Amino acid sequence: MDFEYAPAPESRSVVDIRPSYGLFVDGEFTDGHGEPFKTLNPADEEPLAEIACADAVDVDRAVAAARRAYERVWGPMPGRERAKYLYRIARIIQERSRELAVLESIDNGKPIRESRDVDVPLVAAHFFYYAGWADKLGHAGFGADPRPLGVAGQVIPWNFPLLMLAWKIAPALATGNTVVLKPAETTPLTALLFAEICQQAELPAGVVNIVTGAGETGRLLVGHDGIDKVAFTGSTEVGKEIARAVAGTRKRLTLELGGKAANIVFDDAPLDQAVEGVVNAIFFNQGHVCCAGSRLLVQESVADELLGRLKRRMATLRVGDPLDKNTDVGAINSAEQLAKIRELADSGESEGAERWAPPCDLPQRGFWFAPTVFTGVAQSHRIAREEIFGPVLSVLTFRTPDEAIEKANNTPYGLSAGVWTEKGSRILWAAERLRAGVVWANTFNKFDPASPFGGYKESGFGREGGRHGLEAYLDV
Amino acid sequence: MSERIGVRKTYKLYIGGAFPRSESGRSYVVNDAKGRFLANASQASRKDVRDAVVAARKAFGGWSSRTAYNRGQILYRIAEMLEGRRAQFVEELRAAGAAKPAAAAEVDAAIDRWVWYAGWADKIGAVAGNANPVSGPFFNLSTPEPSGVVGIVAPDSALLGLVSVVAPAIVTGNTAVVVASEPAPLPAITLAEVLATSDLPGGVVNLLTGRRAELAPWLASHMDVNGIDLAGAPDDAVTDLEKAAADNLKRVLRPGVADWSAEPGVERMTAFLETKTVWHPVGV
Repeated sequence: MDFEYAPAPESRSVVDIRPSYGLFVDGEFTDGHGEPFKTLNPADEEPLAEIACADAVDVDRAVAAARRAYERVWGPMPGRERAKYLYRIARIIQERSRELAVLESIDNGKPIRESRDVDVPLVAAHFFYYAGWADKLGHAGFGADPRPLGVAGQVIPWNFPLLMLAWKIAPALATGNTVVLKPAETTPLTALLFAEICQQAELPAGVVNIVTGAGETGRLLVGHDGIDKVAFTGSTEVGKEIARAVAGTRKRLTLELGGKAANIVFDDAPLDQAVEGVVNAIFFNQGHVCCAGSRLLVQESVADELLGRLKRRMATLRVGDPLDKNTDVGAINSAEQLAKIRELADSGESEGAERWAPPCDLPQRGFWFAPTVFTGVAQSHRIAREEIFGPVLSVLTFRTPDEAIEKANNTPYGLSAGVWTEKGSRILWAAERLRAGVVWANTFNKFDPASPFGGYKESGFGREGGRHGLEAYLDV
Repeated sequence: MSERIGVRKTYKLYIGGAFPRSESGRSYVVNDAKGRFLANASQASRKDVRDAVVAARKAFGGWSSRTAYNRGQILYRIAEMLEGRRAQFVEELRAAGAAKPAAAAEVDAAIDRWVWYAGWADKIGAVAGNANPVSGPFFNLSTPEPSGVVGIVAPDSALLGLVSVVAPAIVTGNTAVVVASEPAPLPAITLAEVLATSDLPGGVVNLLTGRRAELAPWLASHMDVNGIDLAGAPDDAVTDLEKAAADNLKRVLRPGVADWSAEPGVERMTAFLETKTVWHPVGV
């Protein structure tokens, strides 16, 4: 018997997208002086709104507003009062959660199931968590009265637009800093809705400033003399550029960059659980995840069995309308990203790996890429070394645990790793040896505001989340 | 009966637990405070930097997997060995220009600094780590781990400054390549003799003497170095060194300490620590 899914679309009526959006500077929406740009719905390529672009003058104004707010209002404000603003913001996010989730799925292309059940709840939780730190900083292990840095310039990516905003803004504000944040060019809408939330919360003007634009706006912000701190999440390539730009200045820097995580399945792993974990590791958020488990390392003796089950499971993934509640894999965020994924996947074939994707009808319009797995991958292949940032899994095999660790660590990245085995001592043994900032054992892609996240090696430095996440915004 | 002629020491480099001369065959004259000849110190080269990094990388796996207790004992052993050679270090610091009481005070402080950091070995994890109360059925633990190979441009404070930058880097399990004070390199090499007799595995600390301006850029740009401490980098070189360090995103500790005698905080340790967070489901 064949059960068909009926479409179950989430209603768009909950969001009200304006035809155009300005910059959010000093508590108000204002025009930008750069050339405005359009943000698209990646699921149908329809323009959603026109977005102002911040030029040097605008960035200047935003930094000045943040400085004023830092010196006059936010810096001197007692932590317990700052906390109340953050709690307010957390509550409004919860109140407007469906609106935020739908808007995020429309602008980003991610399935509503994820924006509704993962992104937005984590956003609210993040503000709630850091709100509680604001009046307890003296107990965080950074001295009796740790001081904020001042004005933070923050640049975030398009894969988790609102969640990355929360990871940046919540700890910065809790510790007494003010911020100028640049959302990604292709996903500015939830950040601009967040600006409205700041207004509803009556957050003092200038504490949060949002400047939209492309790479140039980011460069202007990062290079601005008036900021004390740079926080960036994005590619390792841009992270290195930023590290060079910050060299020799007084600015503090934290970077959360790319990854090529190994997900190791040992022969004694619970295979059904592991298959679910492998699917979640690489196909969550279309693989647009810096900590995605993009290299599956499977022990040779169970490789065939695991791959058989994995392919059967992949055939059940539903790719399509992000707003459909049944959708597992949504749209690729942009034409540019789709081209990059295609190019790397093609290199996998031309370098000799075997490509497989389940039969899957992709919509005619929009940016789509079917969940894909490569077997017979060698460590030298580009698909084993470069971050694809898409729903493409590279499978390698190993014979001994030592070989698994050796292969897992054979990358300049070090953001995350996965281990699947029923044997406790092997989990701890592997976790100890994996050079990665987050190790998920018998699970994957779990996030929590209380849990520090960040990389080793070229995946960046500094941690976001938890007590550790405070350090990035304190003068310690 | 003729007067006995003293046996002078040849000051060499310290790489991988051995004392080689610079592969370049170069040396430079080190004078005392009054301008009198003290010794020819080795003038290390780029190749020496690379050899030292290879030695440090080779030593990293073993040193970082020692128990914290064992690393603490070895650092304490260094303090013991230094105490035993106290008079020798006082003489070397006096030759470099310090008055006798100041030299004695600096040696005492250097010994005490090893003791202070030795005690941190099995405590930094408790201070920098955390059990994280995540909102789900998961065990979630963050622990600090060493970054790897750390390059150190040591400050001019020839003994106390040197110890104050080396001890925090290695106590947590990192291995180090150190460029000693350029004007006063001799106490660094004598300290290497202490390290070599303290059960510190070869390669954990590698000491180079020579021109900072020549050596520091190679250290900062080396792709197998994970972090760099710029404590002794000249002001006009810091920007370029930080830029070079960006090539592989080294953890950078900027210069800034003026007074090495003050009690240090944990910052020099945490600068070269990574935080690893491990998740595991709780349940059957």
